[in-house]
Amino acid sequence: MSPRPGFVLEVDRSTPPTLFWHGEGFRFERLPEGSRVIYPQEPIAAIADFDAAIRHALEHPLGASKPLSQLLFSGMRLTIAFDDISLPLPQMRAPDIRQRVIEAVLDEAAGAGVDDVVLIAALALHRRMTDDELRHALGSRVFDAFAPNGLLWQHDAEDPSGLVHLGMTDEGEDVEINRRAAESDLLVYVNINLVPMDGGHKSVATGLASYRSIRHHHNARTMQHSRSFMDRHNSELHTSNWRMGRLIKDAGVKIFQIETSMNLDTFPSQFGFLQKREWEWSLADRAGFHATRASLERTPPRLARQIFQSIRSPHGPTSIQAGEVEAVHDRTLENVFRQQLVSVEGQTDVLTMGLPYICPYNVNSIMNPILVACLGLGYFFNLYRGQPLVREGGVCIISHPTPWAFHPVHHPSYIDFFEQVLSDTTDPVEVEKRYEQAFATDPWYIHLYRTSYAYHGVHPFYMWYWCAHTLEHLGAVIIVGGDRAAVRRMGFRPATTLQDALEMAEDVVGRDPTVTHVHMPPVLMADVG
Amino acid sequence: MRALVVERLTHRFAAARAAALVAGSGSGIRIGPLRLADLEPPELPGPQWRRVTPLLSGICGSDLSTLDGASSRYFEDLVSFPFVPGHEVVGVLASGPEAGERVVVEPVLSCVVRGIEPLCRSCAAGRTGACERIAFGDLRPGLQTGYCADTSGGWSDDLVAHQAQLHRVPVELSDEDAVMVEPTACAIHAALAGGVVPGEQIVVIGAGTVGLLTIAALRHFTLPSVLIATAKYPVQKRFAEVLGADSVVKPSEIGRAVRRSTATLALSSSAGAIERLAGGADVVFDCVGTATSISDALEVVRPGGRIVLVGMPGMTRLDLAPLWQREVALVGTYAYGTEHLPEGSRSTFELALDLVGELSLGRLVSAHYPLDRYEEAVRHAASAGRRGSVKVVFDLRRQDPAWRRVAEQARPAGRAAKRGAVEATA
Repeated sequence: MSPRPGFVLEVDRSTPPTLFWHGEGFRFERLPEGSRVIYPQEPIAAIADFDAAIRHALEHPLGASKPLSQLLFSGMRLTIAFDDISLPLPQMRAPDIRQRVIEAVLDEAAGAGVDDVVLIAALALHRRMTDDELRHALGSRVFDAFAPNGLLWQHDAEDPSGLVHLGMTDEGEDVEINRRAAESDLLVYVNINLVPMDGGHKSVATGLASYRSIRHHHNARTMQHSRSFMDRHNSELHTSNWRMGRLIKDAGVKIFQIETSMNLDTFPSQFGFLQKREWEWSLADRAGFHATRASLERTPPRLARQIFQSIRSPHGPTSIQAGEVEAVHDRTLENVFRQQLVSVEGQTDVLTMGLPYICPYNVNSIMNPILVACLGLGYFFNLYRGQPLVREGGVCIISHPTPWAFHPVHHPSYIDFFEQVLSDTTDPVEVEKRYEQAFATDPWYIHLYRTSYAYHGVHPFYMWYWCAHTLEHLGAVIIVGGDRAAVRRMGFRPATTLQDALEMAEDVVGRDPTVTHVHMPPVLMADVG
Repeated sequence: MRALVVERLTHRFAAARAAALVAGSGSGIRIGPLRLADLEPPELPGPQWRRVTPLLSGICGSDLSTLDGASSRYFEDLVSFPFVPGHEVVGVLASGPEAGERVVVEPVLSCVVRGIEPLCRSCAAGRTGACERIAFGDLRPGLQTGYCADTSGGWSDDLVAHQAQLHRVPVELSDEDAVMVEPTACAIHAALAGGVVPGEQIVVIGAGTVGLLTIAALRHFTLPSVLIATAKYPVQKRFAEVLGADSVVKPSEIGRAVRRSTATLALSSSAGAIERLAGGADVVFDCVGTATSISDALEVVRPGGRIVLVGMPGMTRLDLAPLWQREVALVGTYAYGTEHLPEGSRSTFELALDLVGELSLGRLVSAHYPLDRYEEAVRHAASAGRRGSVKVVFDLRRQDPAWRRVAEQARPAGRAAKRGAVEATA
C-alpha cells in the first residue's frame, strides 16, 4: 500500500485531543473547533538495496561530471568531507548513511590505487564531534582505519594555516575554505538532506568555510530576505552560497557531490504513536503514549534528556544522487519534497507548534532557550513554500519547557549571549551590530571551539538571525509551559496553558482567530497556496 | 540625653554573634550589646568643641558588624566603651556662635581633634583617616565619632564635635543628601585610592550603600572604559545602572561577565564551568569585605591588577596563591582626608558635599526610624537590599518636638518643604 500523503484535518467535536511535543515530554491539547492540524506524509518506502543504489549513483553521475571511478587515480590527493553531528535528527541507527556511502567511495578509491585520503567532518562553526559520535557516523571500520593515523580531521574554521582564501564573489563576499579540501585533486562531499535547506553549494561553501566567509550569508539581513531559507530559490542564504559555490568551482576545486534523502520513519517502534494521527492510534499506541507520558512525569529532566537523546532513528534512505553539485541538489530537492511537501490552503491567524527535545545544535546536549527559539521560529516557521503558514502580524504559539539551562561545554557563548546580549536587545539587526564582532573574535570562544567541544562564539547569533524573518513577520510569540524568565528574556510571552495562550493571541489578532497546528516532527514542508 | 549605647558586655556580643550566625545579620539585636538609654550629655572637651543635635544618622555596615558581634578584634583597642554609635551624621549646631547652622560631622578623631601636636605623619600629609594617634590625646580611644566614649554619636540627640570635624551643609542639600556625605566621602577616597588609569576596566563587587556610592564616585572622578558591578537585588541593580555601571550582574555571574568584557581566556572544568580567568579586570573594588567577595575579586582581577578593599573585612580565610603568583596589589582604603586631584587638593568631605548635591544621593535613603524603634531599624538595615532599600537612617528630627522646632526655625523654608516631600515619599 502506498503511503498516504500529508493531510490537513479540520478539528470538530469528535476530534480527539492533539499531541503536542513539549521538549522531553508531550502535552495533549484540545484545539478549538475549526482549527486545522497539518499532518506530515507517511514514510515513503526506503530503497531496498541501498548499497546497489550507492554504486549506481557513483557510476551514473548527474550533470557535467564523470563517474567517480574515472575521477580517481593513483597518486592523487582525495578528500572526503561529510555532514556533521547536526544531521540527521535523531541520530540514525547504525549503519549511518554516511558510513555506507563513504565505505563505497573508499572501496572505489582503493580500487584505483588512491592512498592519500583524508576524511573531514564539515563542522562549519559547529562543535567538534566526539570519537563516539564519529565512530557512529562513519562506522568502526572507517574510524579505526583513519582516526589513529591522523587522517580523520574535523574542519577548523579558525586555523589560519588550514584555510585558503579563494577570492571574492562579485558581491564582495570572501570565499575561504578548508585548504586540504581546496587543494585536493578531488573533494567528495557526502551529505544527508533532512530538510530542504541542507546540501547543494551550502555543503562546501558553509560546511568547510571560515567565519570570514560564513558571515556573508549568516547574518540578519540575509535571513530577513530569505522567504524562506528552506526554499532555495527564495533564499538569500542560498543565493549567497550558490555564488560562493560557483566561485569555488571556478577556482579549480573539483567537487563530487553525493546527496541523500531520507524518509520520515523518524522514531522507533516504542514511540510509534508519534508517527500516527491520534484518531488512528491503536490500543498499543494509546498504552505506549500514556505509559511514556506517565514515566516521563516522574523522571528527572536530566535523565529524561538522556533517554530521549539515546533514541536512534530508523530513517530509511529514499534517494542517493551524485555528481555535479547543482544537478545533484536539484534532484535531491525533488526527493525531499516528494516526502515532505504538504499542500495547505491559505494562511492562519495563529500558528501552534510543539517543539521536541532536539534540534540540529543540541545532539547529546541541552536544548537551551536560544535553540528553542531557533527551532520554532527558525526551522519550523520557515518550513514553508509560497507564503508563511501564519499571516503577517499573526501569532505563533510554541509549546516547550524552555528551561533556563545551557550546556556549558557545548554552548559557552550562548550563556553570555543570553545573559548579556538578549538582556540588552532582541532585535537581530541590533544584536548583530552591537555584539557579533566581539563574540566572533573572542579568543576564549575560539580556543574552546578549536580544542574543546564548543560551538563557535558567533553561533548563538546565527541562531537568533535564523528567527529574523519570523520576528519581523509575527505580531507576537507565546511560549506555553516555558520558564517564564527565560521566555521573557527573549522578548516572548509566557503562558501556562494553550487556552491561556489562545486568549492572549486574541489580543493581537482579534477575536475568534483561525488556528493552525503543525503536527511535527516528523517534519513537513507546507506548500501554502 | 536619649541615646542608643553600646556597652562592653562580652556575653551580649557573643549572643548577638550566635544569633547572626544562625539567623542572619541583625537578628540578635534584642539580645546584643545595644540598648536605648537616658544618658548624661557628653562634656565639651575644649573651647574648639561644639555641641551638635543630630537630625539624621545613618546605619552603616560597620555598625551592623559591631552589633552582630562580628567586628574584628583588631578594633578592640581602638574604641572606648560605652559608646554611642552613629558616624554618618547631619545635625544642627547647638552651641557656639554658629548655633543653628546645619552641619555634617567628619567623624575621624585625628590628631587635630585630639589636641595632639605635632601632628602624626599621616595627619600632616592630610591622610587623617590613617591617623597614628587615634588612641591617644585629649580623648579616650576611638577611631571615629560613634566609637568613642567621650564624643557620643549620631544615634542620640546630642553629641560633641571638634570644629575641625564640622562641615557646613549648603542650603540646597536636603537632610537626606547630607546624611549621605560621610559614606560618599569614603567612596570617593576609595575610588581615588584605586588609581584608575583612563581606559581601564573596573569591577565593583557589591551594591549596598558603599558599592553604589563607589560606582558613583568612580564614574565621577575616573575614566574607566568599562565599569561592571555585581548586585544581588533589583533595587541595587537599578541604582547601580543609574549611578554609572555599564553592566550589572548577579554575584555568581561576575566571572563570566568580566571574561567576556575583557575577552580573556579562562580555565574551565571538564563540566565547562569557568574556574579562573587568565586575565581580568584592571582594578576591582570589593565593597563587601567577606571571604567570598575577596575571593571573587582575586578571581576576576588581571595579573598585576589591583584589588581595593572598600567594605570592612574581618578575620578571613583566603587562598592568597593567586595574589602572589599574579602579583596583584591588595589595597586597603578607609575613611577620607585630603585628595590630590589634577586641579588641586581638596578635602574628601568637600568633594562629597559637591557630589551628593550633584547626584541627589539623598534618594538612596529608603527608610527613617525614630530611636525607640531601633530594633526594627537595625533589622531593616541588615536586610535592606532584600527589602528593596538602600540606606536606613535614624530620624532624630522626630525625637523631641522642642528641639525639632529649633531646628526648623534654623532652616530656610524651602529646605523644610523639600524635607517634608522626602518624608512623604518615604
